[in-house]
Amino acid sequence: MINNPHFILAILFQLTQLLLVVLAAPLLTGWVNQCQAWLQNRSGAGVLQPYRVLHKLFHKDMVLAHNASWLFRLTPYVVFACMWLAAAIIPIIAVDLPFSGAADVIALVGVFALARMFISLAAMDVGTAFGSMGARREMLVSFLAEPALLMVLFTASMISHSTQLPGIVDALAHHQFVLYPSMGFAALAFGIVLLAENARIPVDNPGTHLELTMIHEAMILEYSARHLALIEWGSSLKLFAYISIGIALFIPHGIAEMGNWAGLPQAVGFLVVKMLLAGAALSLLEIVTAKMRIFRAPEFLGTAFLLAVLGLLIHFLLGA
Amino acid sequence: MGALVQISLTLQFINLLAAMLLLIVFAMLGQRRIFSLINLFAWQGLVLSISTVVVAYSTAQQHLYYSAALTVLLKVLILPWLLYRLIRKLNIRWDVERLINIPTTMLVGIALVIFAFNLAAPISQLSEGITRGLIGIALASVLLSLLMMLTRRKAVSQVVAFLSLENSLFFAATSATQGMPLVVELGIALDVLVATFIFGIFFFQIRETFDSLDITHMEKLKDD
Repeated sequence: MINNPHFILAILFQLTQLLLVVLAAPLLTGWVNQCQAWLQNRSGAGVLQPYRVLHKLFHKDMVLAHNASWLFRLTPYVVFACMWLAAAIIPIIAVDLPFSGAADVIALVGVFALARMFISLAAMDVGTAFGSMGARREMLVSFLAEPALLMVLFTASMISHSTQLPGIVDALAHHQFVLYPSMGFAALAFGIVLLAENARIPVDNPGTHLELTMIHEAMILEYSARHLALIEWGSSLKLFAYISIGIALFIPHGIAEMGNWAGLPQAVGFLVVKMLLAGAALSLLEIVTAKMRIFRAPEFLGTAFLLAVLGLLIHFLLGA
Repeated sequence: MGALVQISLTLQFINLLAAMLLLIVFAMLGQRRIFSLINLFAWQGLVLSISTVVVAYSTAQQHLYYSAALTVLLKVLILPWLLYRLIRKLNIRWDVERLINIPTTMLVGIALVIFAFNLAAPISQLSEGITRGLIGIALASVLLSLLMMLTRRKAVSQVVAFLSLENSLFFAATSATQGMPLVVELGIALDVLVATFIFGIFFFQIRETFDSLDITHMEKLKDD
């Protein structure tokens, strides 16, 4: 099998995607922040700022709480690995990558859940009030977001008759153009889930760790230096992975075929354009909405679930 | 081949509009503010008229164009304007009060949609034409509008719910039977217009008598 040139090619494709994702993820975060700065009439720190932050954090000395256990120290690596693994499963530059056969969309949701479980446990590990509060809120938000995400993925699976992401992308990207009302509903629901899961503005505020209403920042308050760097990088990867899922489900056109080197620059070009647009849209959305009270979040996520279920029902009724 | 693809494309477009109608009814069901409720009603009218135009185009029925124009005139322009004016005159800007909280209403709504889809499945088997699957959506919108009438406490939002019910019935008529005769549609349009005027007068009467538009006060009438 190792001697099979096709297999080597596939591995090369996979490695290209892995490297591209892990290097480009902070750039996406930087782009979103820069767009927000422009929209707020600030000059902004530049799109490369996340790299500088990571560089700074990796060179700092670490401060660990006295009662921090192995779990606390392990969690940053687990979170980073989970997000990287998720990005490896999603078809980002080409369909039918070797890793994507390892897990379907349900397992993908499970990978995200694993990272969330570790980070919540680590937040409670040190025993500060903010940590456990953040962990509880994270669980509240995610246990409502997860069914909505699953429903979105089920709708896509029903249309393409596959729970494997490459199968879904293949069915949606390479067939005749069809209007899917159900996918429209799913896209709206997915947008809400993306905002909630990535701690974006209507649910959580990524720009501050001084608010009593913070969720994600409250959980990682105790982390410093390279642990914090890994978690921040993991968050960037998570945002990248979520937007990639959105692109794969709703606008997969232009993705390269497996083993098609000639199509790769075009696929990367499409990816860059889509990512830039998605990041700009995300920052615009964050500018025009206000952060909602934490007790409104269940209603917001309930709307996502409702939309996803409606999409599924409409698919059953109209077959579209 | 070309005609086949074209019909399936128009059908897809009508399906999309039907899904948008259902979405708008759900948004109305979950809406807290009376102004947004009326805006949504205007959007519903617009989507309805677009779908009527598409049906008219795909079945080549001239009179549906007229009814689409009538829908735009009446349900997108005149009725929302009337309702806005009423609200301004009555000076009511409160949030919509409801008997059941929003998430519960939404869950009941989903149950109603499933019920309506199941109910409509055998009916749409009998129906001919290009728009079979839409009866279920129209029926679901009707039931959801009824639910909105039940769960709202204030008279104005109940009237908006009633008008949305009428929109859903209109959609059912255009999708299932490709439109009623123009005379009937004109009659219904006039009825709705007159009904809104009469509701307006009722609002003033209710408020003069009870100092509020909350219809639960009307139950106390028998005690006096």
